[in-house]
Amino acid sequence: MSDAIKNATLEYATRLGDDSVVLGHRISEWVSYGPFLEEDIAYGNVALDYIGRARMFYTYAADLADDGRTEDDFAYMRSDRDYRNLLLMEMPRGDFAYSQVRQLLADAYYTVLLPELVQSKDETLAAIAAKAIKETKYHLRRSRDWVLRLGDGTEESQKRTQKAVDQLWGYTHELFDMDETEQLLADNGIGVDVSKLRDAWFKLVSEILTEATITVPEDSWAVRGGRTGYHTENLGHMLTEMQIVHRSYPGCEW
Amino acid sequence: MPEEQYQRLQQRNAADVKELWDLLDEVKDPEVPVLTIWDLGILRDIEREGERIVITITPTYSGCPAMDNISTDVTKALNDAGYSDVKVKMSLSPAWSSEWMSTDGRKKLREYGIAPPEDAELDEDGLTPDAHALCPHCSSRNTRRVSEFGSTACKALFQCNDCNEPFDYFKKI
Repeated sequence: MSDAIKNATLEYATRLGDDSVVLGHRISEWVSYGPFLEEDIAYGNVALDYIGRARMFYTYAADLADDGRTEDDFAYMRSDRDYRNLLLMEMPRGDFAYSQVRQLLADAYYTVLLPELVQSKDETLAAIAAKAIKETKYHLRRSRDWVLRLGDGTEESQKRTQKAVDQLWGYTHELFDMDETEQLLADNGIGVDVSKLRDAWFKLVSEILTEATITVPEDSWAVRGGRTGYHTENLGHMLTEMQIVHRSYPGCEW
Repeated sequence: MPEEQYQRLQQRNAADVKELWDLLDEVKDPEVPVLTIWDLGILRDIEREGERIVITITPTYSGCPAMDNISTDVTKALNDAGYSDVKVKMSLSPAWSSEWMSTDGRKKLREYGIAPPEDAELDEDGLTPDAHALCPHCSSRNTRRVSEFGSTACKALFQCNDCNEPFDYFKKI
């Protein structure tokens, strides 16, 4: 593996890990606040899948970095400006409709992304993707069911679901952006060319939203910056909570 | 016997460290204590590299929190048996499949009150169905899914309409 490819792969594994840990943490904020017990448990399960995914990506990043850092250093010892996650993942949990809509947008993204990543020439990335594909099927079924139920539900749930879609839509464009790092990896059969995935994602999402009686928004605005470390203020607050124990008691074990 | 299980059994019987496979039968899954890590298919390989014993395990689900416990338990079991140099490796590929679960494990699971993977037919999307998993308590098929996500990542929650008992179903993946 050449240095350029290795560094790009390290960056890529970190990005994918960042997406997963941030979304996983956001979902975990629902634990003990779910509308009923089964839903509470479902949120816990999905959060665990994402955090588990993050651990695998970070472990791989740490292997590539080979500088003594571990998965924990990647998760707990980097600040918001070092994080490279997509902004969609860091948006606050909002109300239940907002969280489920974000989940649908993200689950649909992984539904189109993972079958490509599984083809990666990088064995570790392909193996992580193979594991995640099976879990994502369950995630998408759940978020799809909820968006249908809420969108095609009461006047209030329909209103909140539409509002969530309108508020989140502008954060989805970034999901399909490429930069030099990802282009290099895509050209070498290691990374995924996400710019080619938007049509498939849009078709999947818009069919579900239409069935849920939700209007698919016009592409009138877009916010970008996650992949370059320019985040919304939400991420800093989230990391503060997520990292405080690890940073306050370095090396603590129990 | 399904092909996957046959292959595993062949591997175990052919191994030159057969006594170590037998020894690790004492390591149970912390969440489903009737199953050994062999039964679950989590234990993938045992190799001897000089004095060092290298154990390969694979996670059932990405975030399965039992994996850390299992690593510790494996190391302890081997240390207690006099093997001081133990390394536990995590292997992600091939991804774990419920097909790897041993025949004996499936039986033990049912007796414990958890429906094993083959006790429900997958739906058209290849996912856990919304009904008709076999009740491990009264063997009725008249059951319904209460939640796709159960007490652990590997299980879904069902309830029997005949005996009314809730039960876990070990998902087929």
